[in-house]
Amino acid sequence: MNIIETQDLTKYYGQVRGIEGITLSVKEGEIFGFIGPNGAGKTTTIRTLLGLLFPTRGSARIFGKDVVRHGPEIRRDIGYLPSEVFFYEGMKIRDLLHYAAGFYPGDHTQRIQELTAYMELDVNRRVDELSYGNKKKVGIVLGLLHRPKLLFLDEPTLGLDPLMQRRFFDLIQRENRENGVTVFFSSHILSEVQRLCNRVAIIREGHIVEVSDIRALQQNSYKKVTVIAPDLTPDSFQLPGVADLRVEDGSLRFYFKGDINQVLRRLAALQVQDVTIEDPTLEEIFMHYYA
Amino acid sequence: MFQANIVRHELRRSLKSAWWWALGIASVHLIYLPFFRTFADNAAVLEKSLKQFPKAFLEAFGMGRISMATVLGFYTLIFLLVQILLAIQAARYGVALISREESERTADFLMTKPVSRLAIINSKLAAALTALLATQAVLWLVAFAGWAVFNAGHGYDQGRLALILSSALPFQLFFLSVGLALSQMVRLVRNPTPYALGLGLGMYALSAFNHMAGEIKLEWLTPFQYFDPATLALNGYEAHFLALDLAVVGVALALGYWRYLHRDIPTVT
Repeated sequence: MNIIETQDLTKYYGQVRGIEGITLSVKEGEIFGFIGPNGAGKTTTIRTLLGLLFPTRGSARIFGKDVVRHGPEIRRDIGYLPSEVFFYEGMKIRDLLHYAAGFYPGDHTQRIQELTAYMELDVNRRVDELSYGNKKKVGIVLGLLHRPKLLFLDEPTLGLDPLMQRRFFDLIQRENRENGVTVFFSSHILSEVQRLCNRVAIIREGHIVEVSDIRALQQNSYKKVTVIAPDLTPDSFQLPGVADLRVEDGSLRFYFKGDINQVLRRLAALQVQDVTIEDPTLEEIFMHYYA
Repeated sequence: MFQANIVRHELRRSLKSAWWWALGIASVHLIYLPFFRTFADNAAVLEKSLKQFPKAFLEAFGMGRISMATVLGFYTLIFLLVQILLAIQAARYGVALISREESERTADFLMTKPVSRLAIINSKLAAALTALLATQAVLWLVAFAGWAVFNAGHGYDQGRLALILSSALPFQLFFLSVGLALSQMVRLVRNPTPYALGLGLGMYALSAFNHMAGEIKLEWLTPFQYFDPATLALNGYEAHFLALDLAVVGVALALGYWRYLHRDIPTVT
């Protein structure tokens, strides 16, 4: 079953493009990565799905319901962690959490206690005294306190120290594994997407460039080839499918997409000192979409 | 359609501010009411000295049509000051009602909760109205208690005083609703105070100007004219102005609601 489904979702701010023709689906129980540089339209997509923005064209459904018409109903089962969190000044964390919990049916006291303990939050502090990282922790508790079925994370690790990042990822993974929570994870940091996600969509200038299984993206597309051999010239590997070819200190590096045997045949003709053929990191793959 | 916890949350904040406005209104009474005795005891001198002022000047402050040596006549002067406070308070509540969430960047927090925009604006409006009514309750209290103490032995029509005080409700509704509509017409209100001051004092200035420039008729533009204290004291409500006031309230609310239910919530950076 698809938890999120968008059809030609488009948002213009006046004449300025936000996103254009976004068609994608997120399956129940998956951790879906949404990657792209700042300004690509990640936040616009999320804000449209949450009903903060009205689409210029196209439609989106969450849990099978239209996001414009059934917003409040859908949001009952959605948790949202924005990249930057802001709260009502002068409120204590405890009161803020209580206020937020009041929007959802049921009693969430115990869950709040568990989450604040896990995130090491002192609920007696005022929100305006909090550091950026601590605000983020409050945001995490807010996003999860009502046991949502779908979680939107927008650049969630910004401002969290590495230890808390790890704890946060563990928490998200546990929610996903044990409670079947679907996660829509937007980020421009690829290593974290790589670590967590099953599938990724790459967004660039408002358009989806590719939706792919994270392993497929790493394995099936590009190989990163490094060759060390005397008498290397850039012409040694002039092949279709070679990209970003560089010669440095007698070594040659390039990315290759296609039948790897072609590369092997060229290699066989050389007196090679060393060669590595490896999967590029997502970071490197990503560079290609923006090269 | 209301959301109980939003009403509670908003009430806690707006009653805190209503308390300060009520304190201001009470102070105006406490400062000026004691002077009534002097005015009443020296009625003849007062009338004579007032004649020295240019007519336009007296008109601008609502004086000249009704004797300052009477309780209600004297009160029209105080009530005009109260009206300025009431106008700025209500305008501020109206402008800040929705825009505050955006300028303080809490809109995302609130609007990603399972609550409709209609329930949000209804609940906020209910809380703001309650705060205004609480302020008005204090106004009634200090007006009647004040005159009980400071009437200097002069009798007055209590029903007429009540009528003047009752105008605070349609008067504040005007500023509340116009403030709301205004806030929803601009993309982002970073600070509601200049808008509230502009609206409240601007309307007052229009009214004062209308008094002075008798030829140009601006009275249908400003609630300071719809609910002119001297006219209320002498003749009571003017039906066409009351109707106009309520019509403006209706249109402004409709506009504010429609915009809020259909607009994008900006990301504030």
